[in-house]
Amino acid sequence: MVNPTSQEPSLEKLRNGDRAEFARLVDAYSTPIYRLGLRMLGNAQDAEDILQNTFLNALTHLPEFEGRSSLATWLYRIAANEALMSIRRRKPEVNLEDLQADDPDADWMPATFADWSNLPEAELLSEEGKKNLEAAIAGLPESLRLVFIMRDIEGLSIKETAGALGLTETNVKTRLLRARLHLREQLSSYYGEHLIREEKK
Amino acid sequence: MTDHAHMNCEALLGSLSEYIDGELSLELCREIEKHLAGCENCRVVLNTTRRTIDLVQSPAESVPVPDDVRERLFKRLNLDDYIKPNS
Repeated sequence: MVNPTSQEPSLEKLRNGDRAEFARLVDAYSTPIYRLGLRMLGNAQDAEDILQNTFLNALTHLPEFEGRSSLATWLYRIAANEALMSIRRRKPEVNLEDLQADDPDADWMPATFADWSNLPEAELLSEEGKKNLEAAIAGLPESLRLVFIMRDIEGLSIKETAGALGLTETNVKTRLLRARLHLREQLSSYYGEHLIREEKK
Repeated sequence: MTDHAHMNCEALLGSLSEYIDGELSLELCREIEKHLAGCENCRVVLNTTRRTIDLVQSPAESVPVPDDVRERLFKRLNLDDYIKPNS
């Protein structure tokens, strides 16, 4: 679980309108929520809007929050909804619920088998490598990208991701597998070329 | 990719995420490892999928919220009194 500060803010203090505690909550979660916005919308202005709307919403709805999920899961749920609403406004054709577990279109099946896993990190995460990685994440379908960001980038558990997105755990696992394989395929094409260049040297 | 008596590549792929995350039973892990020992393509897929996850979790990929964005957020939330250097 992502928890950048040492201690989870107190729900009791937050409900009592303790502003210092709310400031602590904001500092604890603004970075992952901003990053989620950046990766879902692809630009800084939209990411900032999502960040602001998430905490404005949280402030409004804190009295109704019963604490059945963690504060983090609750905040991610608000942020995910904000991101999805923003995407829908921009791309109404995107359907985020259409990914069925038994989708026969197995376009996520591996097709590239270059083993680049032993390339040094400095090479994998060179400036160009990082740009490629971000582009590959941005290229994931929205319905897979949200799951991937929450689980693999921000470190939520399967259960927390399911709670934040209103999906079943099975559905989260299916989407996560496809996201990972999709991303692996993209990176394999890119780093595979590096391997070929290395071998020619 | 190859087809083995106990587990084929497609079945391995279906369990790949949970195998990587250490969520499978010992018995199923053994089945997977038996398949991996004889299937190079599946080993490559496993290694590169693991590495893909490592890369996105790398600290080099982690960028904090910019100071100006944080400051505007605090002002929007009427938390001006609490804008102090972000530690």
